Amino acid sequence: MNAPTRHRTGGCDRPILRERGQREVFCGLTGIIWLHRKIQDAFFLVVGSRTCAHLLQSAAGVMVFAEPRFGTAIIDDRDLAGLADANDELDRVVAELLSRRSDIKLLFLVGSCPSEVIKLDLAKAAERLNGAHYPQTRVLAYSGSGIETTFTDGEDACLSSLVPTLPSADTRQLLLVGSVPDVVEDQFLRMFAEIGIENVAVLPARTASALPSVGAGTQYLLLQPFLTQTAQSLEARGARHIPALFPFGAVGTRGFMEAAAAAFGIDKSRVDAVIEAPERRARAAVARQRERLSGRTITFLPDSQLEPPLARFLSEECGMEPIEVGSPYINQKIVGPELDRLPSTAILSEGQDVERQLDRVRANRPDLTVCGLGLANPLEAEGLSTKWAIELVFSPIHGFEQAGDLAELFARPLRRAERLQL
Amino acid sequence: MKLHLWTYEGPPHVGAMRVATGMQGLHYVLHAPQGDTYADLLFTMIERRNHRPPVTYTTFQARDLGADTAELFKNAAKEAYERFSPEAMIVGASCTAELIQDDPGGLAKALALPCPVIPLELPSYQKKENFGASETLYRLARGLSDPETAKDRTPASCNILGPTALGFRHRDDLREIKNILKTLGVRVNLVAPLSARPSDFARLPAAAFNVVMYPETAESAARWLEREFKQPRTKTVPIGVKATRAFIEEVAGLAGVDPAPALDDPENRMPWWSSSVDSNYLTDKRVFIFGDGTHALAIAKVCRDELGFKVVGLGTYSREYARDVRALAKELDVEPLITDDYLDVERAVEACEPELVLGTQMERHIAKRLGIACAVISSPVHVQDFPARHSPQMGFEGANVLFDTLVHPLTMGLEEHLLTMFREDFEFSDEAGASHLAAHAPQRGPVPQPEPAPASSESPSEAAGSLWEPAAQKELKKIPFFVRGRARQNTETFAAERGIHPITVETLYDAKAHFAR
Repeated sequence: MNAPTRHRTGGCDRPILRERGQREVFCGLTGIIWLHRKIQDAFFLVVGSRTCAHLLQSAAGVMVFAEPRFGTAIIDDRDLAGLADANDELDRVVAELLSRRSDIKLLFLVGSCPSEVIKLDLAKAAERLNGAHYPQTRVLAYSGSGIETTFTDGEDACLSSLVPTLPSADTRQLLLVGSVPDVVEDQFLRMFAEIGIENVAVLPARTASALPSVGAGTQYLLLQPFLTQTAQSLEARGARHIPALFPFGAVGTRGFMEAAAAAFGIDKSRVDAVIEAPERRARAAVARQRERLSGRTITFLPDSQLEPPLARFLSEECGMEPIEVGSPYINQKIVGPELDRLPSTAILSEGQDVERQLDRVRANRPDLTVCGLGLANPLEAEGLSTKWAIELVFSPIHGFEQAGDLAELFARPLRRAERLQL
Repeated sequence: MKLHLWTYEGPPHVGAMRVATGMQGLHYVLHAPQGDTYADLLFTMIERRNHRPPVTYTTFQARDLGADTAELFKNAAKEAYERFSPEAMIVGASCTAELIQDDPGGLAKALALPCPVIPLELPSYQKKENFGASETLYRLARGLSDPETAKDRTPASCNILGPTALGFRHRDDLREIKNILKTLGVRVNLVAPLSARPSDFARLPAAAFNVVMYPETAESAARWLEREFKQPRTKTVPIGVKATRAFIEEVAGLAGVDPAPALDDPENRMPWWSSSVDSNYLTDKRVFIFGDGTHALAIAKVCRDELGFKVVGLGTYSREYARDVRALAKELDVEPLITDDYLDVERAVEACEPELVLGTQMERHIAKRLGIACAVISSPVHVQDFPARHSPQMGFEGANVLFDTLVHPLTMGLEEHLLTMFREDFEFSDEAGASHLAAHAPQRGPVPQPEPAPASSESPSEAAGSLWEPAAQKELKKIPFFVRGRARQNTETFAAERGIHPITVETLYDAKAHFAR
C-alpha cells in the first residue's frame, strides 16, 4: 500500500508514492464555507451530526454571520431509531427553513458521514422535496462526507450535482468551471471578451437563476484542478474539455488563455496583444518575490489538490525547489500537464499517512511546508516555517493580476521569520 | 433532527480531546472518518498549542465499510502505541464510528497492549462536549487511581480538578487557585487533567479533599471520589470577590486551617474600584448574561452584588445546570433561558434591550450586530480569548480582571452625560457612536448629516408612525441610541395603557418619569 508505483503522467512515467493511514485533511463539507458566499441565493443544509456543525463553525473561524446561508440538521438518537422518521424529520426541518427564508432559491441537501452510513437517501429526499417546494426553491443533493470526499472534493460534488439541472443549448460557448472570487472571475471575463470569445459563461454562477446552459457547443476550461466529477458530468451533457495549464502565475495564465483561444480558432497574436500588459505586470510582481523564494525548498502536504499546479508555479516562476508534492488525489487527465513541468527530483505523493509524512518533513527540513491548520503551529514550534494551505482556497490567487499576491503568500512566512528578533 | 446554525458545544469526543490534550503521556485512539481531524485545529490554532493533540484518527473511508474497519482500528491502536509509547490510552468512537459498532474498547483489549487502555462510551447523538470531558476525567479517575495511596493522606492536602486544554482562562484560574492554597498552607496533591500524567492519577486518593474548579468537567469525577474515598469536594466556584471569600472559608474548613491569610489579600482591589464615586454610573446598567452553567451563574452574582448592574436576562446552554440557573433567574426576577439554539439567544437579547451583553463568542456576534457593548465570559471562545497575559476570572485577581473586562466596553459616565446633553453635535450623532467603541459602533451610513435620516430600527415603526407627533419624534431622537429603543417602547406602552394618542413631547416625559429607576 505504501510502496511507490509507476504511473503514467502526461507524456512520461514517474513514480507516485501512494500512502494510506491517518489523514490530516478536512472533509468535503468544508467547501460550503466558500460556496455559500459564491452562490448568493443558495442555502447548504448539512444532514449530519453535531461534529459536522462543529467542523463548519470551526473551519469558518471568525466569519460568523448572524444568520449564515448554511446550517446543519443534526441527527439525534430518535432519528436513528427509524429511517422513515428521519425522512419526515428532514421534510419538517426543510419546510421550517424555507418558510423563514423566502430568499432561498436553491437548497442543497449535503450528505455527511452519518447520513451515508445510515443510508439516508438524500437524492430521493431532494426529489420528494422538489415536489413540495419547486419552483420557488429547487432542492438538490450531494455528498460532502469524509468517507467519500476530501476537502475540495465537496465543491466538485456540489457543482456536479448542478450540471444535470442546467438548461440545454448547443450554441458555441466557453464555460469557465470552478468557483473563484468575483474579482478574479471578472478579470477573466474581460480578457476573454477582448480576445474575441463572445459567449463565456461561468459555473457556478453568482445566483441560482443565472446558471449557464450546456450542450454540444460548450467547451469548458477548469479554473480549479479538483473538479474531476464535474468534468465527467459536463462531458455527459456533450461539453468538451479544453486541456490547459491552470491559471497560476504568468506562465500558467498565458497557457490557460492560449488554450481557450486555440479551441475557439483565435489567432495567437490576438492573445499576445490582449495579455501583453497584464502578463508584464504579473512577471514584474512575481520577480519581486522571486528573490526571497528562489533556491528555497518546499514540501506540500496533501490538502486541496491545488498542490501540483502551485508547485509548478513556484518551481518554474519563483525558482523554488519542491521536495515533496503531496495531494489527496492526483487526476492525471487534469493535472498531467502540470506534473510534466515539475522537476524530476520532486517526490509526488497521493493520499496520506500523516505520521510517516511528518517523519519525511523532519528529515528533509524544507524551508517552507504547506499544510493544514492542525499541523502548522506544531511544525512552527519545531522550527519549520509553514504556510496555511487553507488560505490558498480562500484568497484570490488565479490570473495575471494575482500572480504577485500568490508568490507573496509563500514569501510572507519566510520574510516574517527573517524579520522577527525574538 | 434539529436545525443548528452555530453550536455552543462540540461533540463529546472533543470533550475527551480536551482532557487528553491537557495531559502528558496519554494517547487517544479515535475511530473516526477523514475530516474529524478538524478538531486538532481547535487546539493548535484557537488555543495556539505548539503540539498536535495526542490523538490518532483511524480515518476509515467508504470502501472500508464493506471490508474490515475493525482491523483498521486495531492497526491504528497498535501503531499509535509503538510510535508514542504512552503511559495509558483512551479509545473510543466519533459519531460515525458509533454507527458502525466496532467496539473500540473490546478491540483494544484484545490487542493486550502493555499499558492501561480505558474505553470511552460517549453517545454522540445524545450528549455533548462538556459531558465528554467530564466522563473522560471520571473514567480516568476510576481506571487509574490506586486505593492504597489513601493511607498516606494528610489533612491539609487537596486535588484540583477540572482545568483542561481549550478551557476558558483555565491556565490563569489555576494559578490563582494554587496561590490561594499556598497562602493557606494547603498542599496540592494533584492537578487534573491539565498537565497531569496517567501515572499521577494513582495518587488521587492521597488527598484529603477535592477542589472542583469547573463542575462541568470535574463534578462527576469528584462525586465518585467522594463516594469511593470519602474525599469531600468544594462547591463554591471562586469567581467574584464574594465567591472567592466563600471559597477560601470553604477550603480552610475542609483543610482545618485559618482562612485569614488568604482573605486578607492586598491585591483585592475590586471592592474599592466598584465603590469609588467614578463607578456610580454603573448602577442598574442593564446586562444580559449567557454562557455555560458555572460562568453564567457566577457572573450574574458578580453583576448584581459587586457591580450594581441590573441583570435583565440570564441563560445557559448547559442543561445539566438548568435547575441552578432557573433558581437564580427567579431570584433576579428574570425569565431563565435554557437553550442551545443561537437564534433563541439572539431573540432574547433583542427583547431585553441590554446595555451590555456578557456571553460566549456567539453573543459577541449578536451584540456586534445589535450595536451593544459586549464582553466574553464563557466558552466557546475564539483565539482572542486566549490572551498572552495573565487574565484569570477566579480569585481576587480574577475579580480585578472582571471589573476591567465588564466595565470597559460600556460608555463611561461623563461621556454618557455629554452624549445626552449635546445630542445634536454631529460628532455625537448615532453614526459616530461612543468614542472608544469603534469596534462596537453600529454602521449607519455616512457622517455628519445635518438632518440625520431616522435609523429605521430605532425610530417609531411605519405603522406606529402615526402614534407619535412629529415634535415628540424629534425629541425621541435626542435620546442616545443605546437607550432610545427602550425609551420608545416604554413610552408606547405607557401611552397604550392610558389610551393616549398621539404621543406628545409631554407623554414622552411623563413616561420617562413613570419608568424612572
